[in-house]
Amino acid sequence: MAVLVIAEHDGASLADATNKVVTAAAKLGGDVDILVAGEGAGDVAAAAAKVSGVRKVLHADGATVGKQLAEAMEALVVPLMAGYDAVLLAATTTGKNMAPRIAAKLDVMQISEITGVIDADTFERPIYAGNAMMTVKSSDAKKVITVRGTSFEAAGNDGSAAVESVAAPAGPFKSEFVSEEMVKSDRPELAGAKRVVSGGRALGSAEKFQEVIFPLADKLGAAVGASRAAVDAGYAPNDYQVGQTGKIVAPELYVAIGISGAIQHLAGMKDSKVIVAINKDEEAPIFQVADYGLVADLFVAVPELTSAL
Amino acid sequence: MKVLVPVKRVIDYNVKVRVKPDKTGVDLANVKMSMNPFDEISVEEAVRLKEAGTATEVVIVSIGPQQAQETIRTALAMGGDRGILIKTNETVEPLGVAKLLAKVVEEEKPDLVIVGKQAIDDDSNQTGQMLAALLDWPQGTFAYKLEKDGDSLTVTREVDGGLQTVKLALPAIITVDLRLNEPRYASLPNIMKAKKKEIAEKAPADYGVDISPRLTVVQVTEPPVRQAGEKVEDVATLVSKLKTAGVI
Ligand SMILES: Cc1cc2nc3c(=O)[nH]c(=O)nc-3n(C[C@H](O)[C@H](O)[C@H](O)COP(=O)(O)OP(=O)(O)OC[C@H]3O[C@@H](n4cnc5c(N)ncnc54)[C@H](O)[C@@H]3O)c2cc1C
Ligand SMILES: Nc1ncnc2c1ncn2[C@@H]1O[C@H](COP(=O)(O)O)[C@@H](O)[C@H]1O
Repeated sequence: MAVLVIAEHDGASLADATNKVVTAAAKLGGDVDILVAGEGAGDVAAAAAKVSGVRKVLHADGATVGKQLAEAMEALVVPLMAGYDAVLLAATTTGKNMAPRIAAKLDVMQISEITGVIDADTFERPIYAGNAMMTVKSSDAKKVITVRGTSFEAAGNDGSAAVESVAAPAGPFKSEFVSEEMVKSDRPELAGAKRVVSGGRALGSAEKFQEVIFPLADKLGAAVGASRAAVDAGYAPNDYQVGQTGKIVAPELYVAIGISGAIQHLAGMKDSKVIVAINKDEEAPIFQVADYGLVADLFVAVPELTSAL
Repeated sequence: MKVLVPVKRVIDYNVKVRVKPDKTGVDLANVKMSMNPFDEISVEEAVRLKEAGTATEVVIVSIGPQQAQETIRTALAMGGDRGILIKTNETVEPLGVAKLLAKVVEEEKPDLVIVGKQAIDDDSNQTGQMLAALLDWPQGTFAYKLEKDGDSLTVTREVDGGLQTVKLALPAIITVDLRLNEPRYASLPNIMKAKKKEIAEKAPADYGVDISPRLTVVQVTEPPVRQAGEKVEDVATLVSKLKTAGVI
């Protein structure tokens, strides 16, 4: 059995999500290799070689895979799969974009966002926004799997695998990268953060969101999240959305401020260790999952909390 | 430009689902069903393209039971031109759906297929990407903004970290994210008009593709239930509780 893990990275550093996928991959049994595809991403390949338990790193270096667009990644990965029984990717936007394309080309049914590995064919995954957990057994000869990071510990970094070059696919492809607008922040990254402070529709404006949520997040060294309503209203960038269709987080501390607690939001944060909710409506559903609930006007309570820390 | 929009009939997003005691699935008896919310956004986008003169025809397709016809009707009331129902009572997995849609694409020859990012029942997030692979078409997933210029489509995508813009050669597949648009409610006159629009009825067998499932459901269980904690009096109490809990 050989398993391929596709590295998640930004061209400069290897994302922790990759270490989590390696842990899931190891549970299938057999050898685990990592594929690093990028342009000038040699540092990432070197970092991947250090991930514990990895047999070898395949490094594809070229402009066509510089942004890991799905069309080019399909062309790279599908032929490599001749030597593997399974391919695992992080359930990030990059992973979700390319994985089904690879699966369809291999004529296998992808298993999305697994939260557990029962055996090499059987996996657990949430359905209906996490309101039910499904165990599925795959009859496909090869497996294509995306992995929910919050369900697996990150593998360590004490390995020393060899790095082997593989050719990047020759283009052109029918899709082309134009530009990107990335949110710059010195705060921890949402998906892996130990603490998260999230704001909802109640914040009322982007200014208030910044004025009220950011200082608390900074005091706690927390990442900032938001409900869909807050993102839709433009109070926070799309990248902040926590929930069924946004990011899944499971920090040690999650503070939900002015968020009602719709099932779609709960889907993204109910596995947090300690949940704090601040909401002026004592009937808000968020209190049903909160360890500590404070019924209060957030515009009074949050600044008070920030200065008390 | 002809646009094809696949729509799925799913449990309404407001319904709290219940797992069946025998662990075979979730209880769908007497539960409100609706169009997958992402598919409403796809239909809206297609209709807007038509209103702008960019699209010439909007064809709606659904794979599902007889009742999926109501879902198609809803899309027609929003402005779709005609529908195709591929009727089956079996669960068709995303790979099977993509294979059927690929056949519909061969017949209908659309220039653009607008798919939902994910169905809120299986949360798979696969069908659009699979369809793109089967057709060897480019894909613009999690679309936030679309712009057609000549033979290409510029798509701004919602990605982890922010937004990414890609340019796709048409024909192409788009999967839509929540903020692409705000879907309209169908007006009463349009609901009436939709009743007269054509819906062709087909069966999976008409397309000659193998849609037998690859995954067997071993069991469906309730997720661990989180116990509600306590309400605290004031900020000072909250801070001391958090300190005791060791999280600050
Ligand atoms: C297909 C689909 C996918 C979705 N995906 C997601 C997702 O991924 N993530 C997500 O979050 N949502 C998602 N949603 C939306 C979700 O259903 C809710 O609409 C959304 O989470 C509500 O956001 P909110 O709690 O900020 O707003 P509201 O529900 O409006 O809640 C605002 C809360 O603030 C409280 N409040 C108001 N003023 C104050 C004050 N001064 N002080 C304290 N409290 C105050 C109110 O009591 C209320 O509880 C999705 C919906 C659909 C249909
Ligand atoms: N049975 C179906 N009939 C029509 N469209 C579907 C069906 N299943 C999935 N789709 C489309 O594929 C999208 C993604 O679904 P999924 O891959 O299951 O998450 C949906 O939003 C629909 O646009």
